Amino acid sequence: MILRLFVAVILSLGLFACGDKKDDSAENQKVSTTTKKVTAKVNKAPVNGDAFIESSLGDATGLIYNITSDSASHDAALKIYNGLVEYDKDLNIVGDLAKSWDISENGLEIIFHLNENVRWHDGQPFTAADVEFTYKFMIDDKTPTSYDADFRLVKSFEVIDEYTVKVTYGEPFAPALMSWSMAILPKHLLEGKDVTKSPLLRKPVGTGPYKFQEWKAGESITLVANDDYFKGRPYIDRRVMRVIPDTATSFLEHLNGAVDIAGLTTLQWTRQTDNNPKYNDQYDKYKYLSFGYTYVGYNQLKKPFNDKRVRQALTYATPKEDMVKGILFGLGIPATGPYKPGTIWYNDKVKKYNYDIEKAKELFAEAGWTDSDGDGILDKKGKKFQFELMTNQGNTVRTKICETLQQSWAKVGVKVNIRVLEWATFINEYVNKQKFDAVVLGWNITNDPDLYDVWFSKNCGGSKLNFICYKNEELDKLLIAGRKEFDPEKRKVFYHKAQEIIAEDQPYTFLYVPYALVSVSKRFEDVYTAPAGLTHNQDKWWVKKENQKYKFEQ
Amino acid sequence: MLNYIARRLAGMVPLLIGITIICFAVIHLAPGDPAQFLSSMNPKFSESAHEKFVKLYGLDKPLHVRYIDWVKRVAVLDFGESFAPDGKTVMEKINERMPVTIYLNVAGMVLIFFIALPLGVLSAYRQNSIFDKSVTVFVFVGFAVPTFWLALMCMYYFGVVKGWLPISGLKSYNYDQLTTLGKMWDIVHHAFLPIVLSVFGGLAGLSRFARNSMLEVLGEEYVTSARARGLSETRVVFKHALKNALLPVVTILGLSIPGLIGGSVIFESIFSIPGMGQLFYQSVMARDYPVVMGVLVLGAILTLIGNLVADISYGLVDPRIRYGKK
Repeated sequence: MILRLFVAVILSLGLFACGDKKDDSAENQKVSTTTKKVTAKVNKAPVNGDAFIESSLGDATGLIYNITSDSASHDAALKIYNGLVEYDKDLNIVGDLAKSWDISENGLEIIFHLNENVRWHDGQPFTAADVEFTYKFMIDDKTPTSYDADFRLVKSFEVIDEYTVKVTYGEPFAPALMSWSMAILPKHLLEGKDVTKSPLLRKPVGTGPYKFQEWKAGESITLVANDDYFKGRPYIDRRVMRVIPDTATSFLEHLNGAVDIAGLTTLQWTRQTDNNPKYNDQYDKYKYLSFGYTYVGYNQLKKPFNDKRVRQALTYATPKEDMVKGILFGLGIPATGPYKPGTIWYNDKVKKYNYDIEKAKELFAEAGWTDSDGDGILDKKGKKFQFELMTNQGNTVRTKICETLQQSWAKVGVKVNIRVLEWATFINEYVNKQKFDAVVLGWNITNDPDLYDVWFSKNCGGSKLNFICYKNEELDKLLIAGRKEFDPEKRKVFYHKAQEIIAEDQPYTFLYVPYALVSVSKRFEDVYTAPAGLTHNQDKWWVKKENQKYKFEQ
Repeated sequence: MLNYIARRLAGMVPLLIGITIICFAVIHLAPGDPAQFLSSMNPKFSESAHEKFVKLYGLDKPLHVRYIDWVKRVAVLDFGESFAPDGKTVMEKINERMPVTIYLNVAGMVLIFFIALPLGVLSAYRQNSIFDKSVTVFVFVGFAVPTFWLALMCMYYFGVVKGWLPISGLKSYNYDQLTTLGKMWDIVHHAFLPIVLSVFGGLAGLSRFARNSMLEVLGEEYVTSARARGLSETRVVFKHALKNALLPVVTILGLSIPGLIGGSVIFESIFSIPGMGQLFYQSVMARDYPVVMGVLVLGAILTLIGNLVADISYGLVDPRIRYGKK
C-alpha cells in the first residue's frame, strides 16, 4: 500500500502541473464503467438542499471573469455570471442571457434579443446597457483582460432598445457568435470606475445561478443558490470550492468524503479505486474523451524537418497504440488530427500512419537518410540524424512520452536527446523564438472548429501559436473560408479537407486524446456524461432528502 | 550598549539595500514576465494586449528606474499592489497569510525546544548508552524521512483508515457554527499532524546541538572541580554544566526569528495551509513582482534583526562577552 501510494504521489504531481489545464468538457464515448442505478430517479421530483464541495489546486486570483485567466477563478466565476450564449450538452450554441439572435445574410451583423426578466444579484434589472458596457469594457485599453482579440473585430455596437443589441463586424467571422459567451458585467456597479480596484473583484455581482457568499483567501470560496435565477433556482444550496494545492491530499480528502468531485489520474482510476470499498460506497466513476490532444511538433524552419517525408517517417515510427497502453493505461485513443473523434468536425478518413518501421525506413531513404557508416544512426552527406526533443518540466506524462519516443525512434536510426525545461523558460526562450528541433506539448480542443490561430501560416514568430512555422497555402485558404461560414454543415467541408492536408503533411505527429476521468459522489442525482462532458447540467443536480449531507439554516 | 545597537542598525541599511538590489534583479531577470504568462498559448489575446499589460504593470521602464521607484515607495512602507487581479495590496496579502504561519511555526518551535533540549542534554549525560543511541536513531529518522511522504502516510492512516484526524486544512468547514469549546478542539485537531510532523523533522538539529554543547561542557575543568568538591551529581549537571551548555542556544533562538514567518511550500501544500510559503511560491510562479519583493524584504529585515538580537542577547547572558566602547 505504502509503495503504491507513493508512486501515485509522484505521478499525480506531474500530471496536473504546469501547462495542462483541467478541461471538464468532453464527449461521452459510451465507455461507462460503473453503471449508475437509474431506478429511483423516475418517481422522485428534485428537491432543494445540500452542498457541493469541489477542490482546486490554486486559489482564485479575482472574481470578475473577464480579467482573470486562471482556471480556479474561472471555475468559481462561471457560476456567478452569464454570457449571451452558451453551449448545451450536445455542443449546440443556445441562448443564455440572449433568448434568440439573428445573423444577417452576409454574416456581418448579429442582433441579440435579450431575456427581459433577468436581475443582477443586487436586484437591479439587466438590460442592453450592460451588454454595451461589457463590450466597451473588453476593448478598453485600461482593462487588464487577456480575451480582447475577438471583441476588437467588432466594427460597431448598437443598442437598439432596452432588450436588443446589434453587433456589426467588418468581415464575416463564424467564431464571433460564441465569443459572446463572455461574462456580461453589471454596468451600474462598474461604469466609470477603475476595475482593478473594484470591490467586485472580491464580492462579485452577476446574474448567474449562484450568488457570492464568502471568500477565505487560500482556503475556500462559498457560493449560495440564487433564488431569483432566471432559469430557475439550482437545487443544490451551496457550492464550495476548497483550495487543496496538493493532488495527493486532494485525493485523500476525496476518499474521506470531504470533496464531492475529483479528477482521477490513470493510476487512481485503474488501481486505487475499484478495489477500495471506502471509495466504492461513496462514488461513481465517469469517463469521457477529454477536449485536448498531445502531439510532437516539428520546427519546419529547420532541416531535416522541412522535408515532409522525414516527418511522415517519424510518425510511422511512433507506436501510438502502445504509448496509450503503456503511459495512459489504455485510457486514451490515438489521435490523427486536431479534432476530437466523434465530433462533427472530426474526419475519420484521413491518411493514417499505423506503426510501421519498414515504411519509416523507406521514407527516410527516399529523403536521403541512410545508415551509410553502419553505426546505427542515419546520416546524410556526413551529417547524423540527431536532434533535441523538448518538453516542459513538471509533467511526468510528457517526460515519459519523450523517453518512449527516444527508444522507438532509435529503432529506425534516429538519435534523440531529451531536454526538459521550466515552463516559462521553455516557452519564452525556446518555443517562441523557434529555437527548438521538436517539442512535446498539448492543445485544448475548442468547441469551435477554427484552426486559424494554430495553423495559419502567418501566425508564426513572436508569441503566435503556429510556433512550428508550418506553411501550406491551400490550408490557409481553407482556414480563412472556414472562419466566414456560419452553417456547420457547410463549414464542416472546409475543416474535413484541412485535416486531410494536415494528415498528409504531418507537421505534428498527433499522439493521443486522453480520457477525462471523473469521480462524483453518489449523493447527486441526474449526473450523466454528454458530448459537453459531465458538468453541463450541474445546476440541475440534486440530492434526495434522506441523502443530504450538509444542512444550512435558511 | 545603545551605541553598539545604533551602529549595528545603521550598518543594516546598506546591507538591506544590497539584498534588495540582488533580489530585484534576480526576480526581474528570470525568464517570462507576468504579461507573457497571460499571453503564452492563449489565442484570445490580441496583439496589442501584451503592450497594454506591460504598461499596466509598469514594466515598460528600464530596470534601474523601476528599482528606484520601488525603493521610494518602500521607504514610506508602501509595498504596492499585487499584480494578481484581486487588487489587494502586498501588505494585505501578507497579513492574511502571516498569522497562520506564525501560529504553526511558534507552536512547532516551542515544542522542539521543550523536547530537543532535554533529549540532547540527557543523551550527553548518558553518552553511548542505549538511550543515547536510540535517541540518535530517532531524531535522524525524523530528519531523513521526506516530510511529504510521511505526511501523506499519516494522513492516509489517521485520516482515511482510522478517521481520527482531519486530513488537511486548519478548520472544519462548519467552524463558524461550533461552540467555543468545539472551535478550540477543531483547531487543535487540525493542527495536530502538521505540528507533530514538523517537530519530528526538526528535533535532530537542536538535540544534536544541545548534546555536543553539553558534552563539551561536561569535559571542562570546572565540572571536574565541582565533582571534586563533592557536589551532588544533579547539582553538577543541572546547575553548573547545563547553564553554560545552554548559552549557544540563545544564538539559535535569535537566528530562528526569520524562520518564524517563512513557511515551507511542500508542507503547506500537503496540508492545504494558506500560509506564507504558498503565497511566496505562487507569487514567484506568477511573476507577481511586488508580492515577491515584499516577502523577501520582510524576510531580509527579520534575518538582520535576528542576528542583532542573537548578538545582543549573547552579551547579556554571557558575562565574558563585552562590546567595545568608543
